[in-house]
This record gives sequence, C-alpha cells and structure tokens, in this order.
Amino acid sequence: MSTTQHLNREADTAGPTAPASTLTGGPRAPKRRPWDEAPRWQIYVPLGLYLLFTLIPFYWMLLFAIRPAGSTSLLPWPITFEHFDKVWTERSFALFFQNSVIVGVLSMLMTTLVALAGGYALARFDFKIKRGFMLALLCSQFIPGALMLVPLFQIFANLQMINSLGSVIIAEAVFQLPLSMILISGFIKNVPYSLEEAAWVDGCGRFRAFCAVVLPLLRPGLIAVGSFAFVHSWNHFLFALMFLSNQDKQTIPVGLATLMGADSVDLGALAAGGVIAALPVVIVFAFIQKWLVTGFSAGAVKG
Amino acid sequence: MASAVAKSPPQPPPRRRTPGAPRRRTGASPRRLPYLLIAPAGLLMVGFIAYPVISVFYYSLRHYNPTKPWRNGWAGFENFVTAFTEDPQFWQTLGFSLQWVAVEVVLQLLLGLGLALIVNQTFIGRAMARALVFSPWAVSGVLTSTIWLLIFNSQTGITRYLADMGIGSYGTSWLSDTSTVFPAVVVAELWRGVPFFAILILADLQSVSKDLYEAAEVDGASRFRQFFHITLPHLKDAIILSTLLRAVWEFNNVDLLYTLTGGGPAGETTTLPLRIASIAVDSHDFGYASALTSIAFVILLFCSMVYLRLSKFGGQDK
Repeated sequence: MSTTQHLNREADTAGPTAPASTLTGGPRAPKRRPWDEAPRWQIYVPLGLYLLFTLIPFYWMLLFAIRPAGSTSLLPWPITFEHFDKVWTERSFALFFQNSVIVGVLSMLMTTLVALAGGYALARFDFKIKRGFMLALLCSQFIPGALMLVPLFQIFANLQMINSLGSVIIAEAVFQLPLSMILISGFIKNVPYSLEEAAWVDGCGRFRAFCAVVLPLLRPGLIAVGSFAFVHSWNHFLFALMFLSNQDKQTIPVGLATLMGADSVDLGALAAGGVIAALPVVIVFAFIQKWLVTGFSAGAVKG
Repeated sequence: MASAVAKSPPQPPPRRRTPGAPRRRTGASPRRLPYLLIAPAGLLMVGFIAYPVISVFYYSLRHYNPTKPWRNGWAGFENFVTAFTEDPQFWQTLGFSLQWVAVEVVLQLLLGLGLALIVNQTFIGRAMARALVFSPWAVSGVLTSTIWLLIFNSQTGITRYLADMGIGSYGTSWLSDTSTVFPAVVVAELWRGVPFFAILILADLQSVSKDLYEAAEVDGASRFRQFFHITLPHLKDAIILSTLLRAVWEFNNVDLLYTLTGGGPAGETTTLPLRIASIAVDSHDFGYASALTSIAFVILLFCSMVYLRLSKFGGQDK
C-alpha cells in the first residue's frame, strides 16, 4: 500500500508550485543516513567518468552541426546554421519532421486510450479469459516487430495502406500496446477500489467515477506511458522504412538513414539532422524525467 | 512473468454484484463490460500480432517469392533443410547474434547496476546527474548510429584526433576494419543501452526497506556485505526480468546495425534478424525469410523458458 500513498503524494506535489520532490533529490533533500554514506570520491569519480562517456557523443554531434564544413576545430566557433538550413529545406527534413510528429502523436493517443480501457478491465474485473489474455500480453513481449515485417507488409498491402502514414501509426501503436496495458493496469491496481465505490455512492456512474477519481491519480503513470509510446514511435525506423516508400511520406529516422547511406556522407548535414531528431525527445525526456523512475517502480517491475 | 499471471488481482468487493448495491448508472452490464473494454486491444493484437505470427509459420512451409511466382507452392520442410544444411551464412549470423546478445546484455547489466547504485546515493547535484546519465535511453538506434558515425568516421572522427596525439594512424575507420568493428558497435550500443538497466534497477532500489540496512548497520555488516545480502537479493527479480527483456530486444535490434555497419564489413556484423530483413527486402524470398523467422522464434522462446526456469523467477510466489 505504500506505493499507493506514493502515487497520491506524487499527484499532490505535481502542481506548478510544487516543491522539489524527494525523488529527484535536489540540494536541500539530503539528510545523511548511515547506510547512504559512501566516501564522496567513490561517487564523483565513476560518475564523472560515466558522464564524460554519455555527454561527449552529444557534444560531438552538436559540434559537427554548428561548425562550418571542413573545420576541424574542437570548439564550435564560428557558429553557422548553414547545415540546418540545408537539411531542413534541401533534404526535406521539414516534411519528415511533420510526418514524424503525426505518427508519434497519433500512435501515442491510440496506444494510451486502448491500453487505458484494457488496463482498467484487467485491474478491476475478473472475467473468464483474463488469465489467457494476460499471458498473451506477456508473450507478445517476445514477438519482435523486426521479424513481423513480411506478414505486416502483406496485411497493409491488402488494406491498401502501404505508403500511408496510417500503416505506421497502427503498427507502432499495436506493438506498444501490451507493455502499456500491463503498466497501466498496475497503476490502476494501486488506486484503492474504495475510492471509486465512494464516488458511486455519491451517484457517479462507473465512467464518471473513473474520470473524476481514478484518472487524476493516474496522471504520473499515464504521462510515463504516453511519453514512452511517443518517444518509441518517434524513434522507430523499421516500419517507416518498410511501409513508406514515397519520399514525401518518410519520417525522420528514415531521412537520417538516407543521409548516412549516401556515397559521400555530408557530415555537417547529418549532424544537423541528428540534432533535429533529438530535440523533441530531449524536451519530452526533460519533462518526464521526474516521473520516469516513479512510473517504473509503481508498475513495471512489481507487476 | 509467471508470477504476474499467478497472482490474482485485488478482488473488487462482492458488493459490486450483489443486488441492492449502490446505484450505478453503467451503460453495459458488468458482465459484458470487461470484454467491451479489452475488445479494441484484443482485436488489434489478433489482427496485427497473432495473425502475422501464424502466417509466418504458414509461409515457412511454402516457397513464396512474388518475383518468382512459378516456384511458389508447398515446400514442406525444404526451407528449414536449406537453412540448416546449405546456408553457411545462417550459422554465421546465428553465432554473431548470440555473441552480440551475450556481450551487450552482460556489459549493460554490470554498468547499469553500478550506475544505479551511484545515483541512488544522496549527493549534491543528484537530480541533474540522473537526468544526464539517463538521457541516451531516449535516443533512437538511428540517431545513435548518426552520432557514432560522426565519431568513427575516418576523416574528422576521433581517430584523427588520436592520430594528432600520436596514437594510431590517419584515415582509419573502426567501422570498416574487421578487427575493430565489433568493439566499435558494442560501445555504441552500450552508450544507449546502459540507462535502460540503470532506470529499472534504480526504480527497484527505491523499494528496498531502509530498516534492513539499519539492522545490518547495527549488526556491524560492512557496506559490501549489505550489498550482497540485502540489495542484490532484493533486485533479483528485476534483474532477471530486465536481462530477459533486453536479451530479446538486443537479439531483434536491427536499427543500429543496419544503419551503422549495414551488417558489414564482409557480413561480420550481420545478426539473424538483419539477414531476414535483407532476404525479404533484397531477394523477396518470403518463404525462406519466414522459415528463418520461425527458427528465431523457437530459439527465443526456448532460451527464455530455460532462463526463467534456471533463475527460478518469481518462485517464492508459487
């Protein structure tokens, strides 16, 4: 039950004026406890090394994206935006960006809504095929999208959806569904059923009780699941590569792969394309970082 | 996994079904409602996951190549026989797949565990440090390839600066040399994969009861012993589950290798799924690709079951 309180507290402190939560630490949080005490160098030295490993590649990409072509300076000076101009207009990344946003947002909405309905059923009802359904969800984790390309291609061809963004949206959403549903049903289980019952007593129907009582408490979990789905389909490459052969339907990852596959790779344009691909993910990530660990600890590992 | 199924959900109080229960204005009858709620998910999964899986097994028993329709027809186990006896590339790609999965999962787990233990400590700047070290988690395979291609490229990549310092020679690319390509792609995938383990393990670390550490402290257990006797047993299920998911995921990882090396040089870095994709895309031999896919399924399923059995995952719940 401690997890439930945890969720509640998260929901309470999630407002704009909320103080830094205990989860994210922050300078004021530390209250040294005996079992936490590691010598400081044992924290900072490995952490520093790992940070270098993490950050240098990002810096490297940024460097290539904003320094003039042909420069070998390790400092990005003078700054130029010629690579961005080039990749955005000449290499039609503006269009790819738009396609990626459409695919990302629509498949995220589809995943979250369908998973919310299914997750509620799994958390709150006992029904005949429930065990079998759960098992199917878990097993589908082992079914790789990469190995499903051929039959999926045939299905979408039969549906006349090859070269339409719809095929990619559906495929991304479907492969995100099982995990999202397992996670969401875990979150719903953490909300006491008595809260819903109390709302029924007050005259709410099941749907209204759910919207008024459960949904607000699910906010951290839904944000985690939704962001996960968005980032996943924003990043995913294979379905778009296979199902969209028209140049003007392609997504950012396919655009990047095309740049990489060129005979003489234009490194500046490639780096600028990479920065464009990374930006939305960085923004989403910065936004959900606080919920990420909570979301997983509430739902994923504990089941 | 098995435990999640075995555990029955918190039961709704019987009040829900007894007559004279609190007034409910639900549209559907409570008996039909759960089925209505799972119907969209169920239909999507049947149509786009179950049906494709079945059709893969079906096509694996047929010759099916849209570009050579005169050969199409029933094949029995011919595709499988071809794979096991006549296709040396099958064994090579299978071997590389296993090597790739083993190296990646072990290294990612060890580094991720270490990283989680560090950022679970309290120290100044922890929130920032967590955000930064977790950030590659959200980066795509293609973007990872982009970044590491910029690092490994022969003209302006890292080898140039190393050569400036007198290490190595100019103009070498680690990605086109058969002796360096494996470490190079392993490092690139590690960069992206470690945060996955770090996040999951950190999430689980936060649920360790502090009382246990206090008790151990009182008993004079060293931090080292606390780790092996309290932390690690607590993390066991999370570690088993995350390594399993990751192993399956790395086995099927096509994005990074496809874009970074294209399976080369000389087929050195071709995994089984990469080979399947190239058979399907280049030679359109869907029958043979389906047979290889079926083999990959069976391998994954078998290895997962053996792993779960050996590790006694969730055993205490039985």
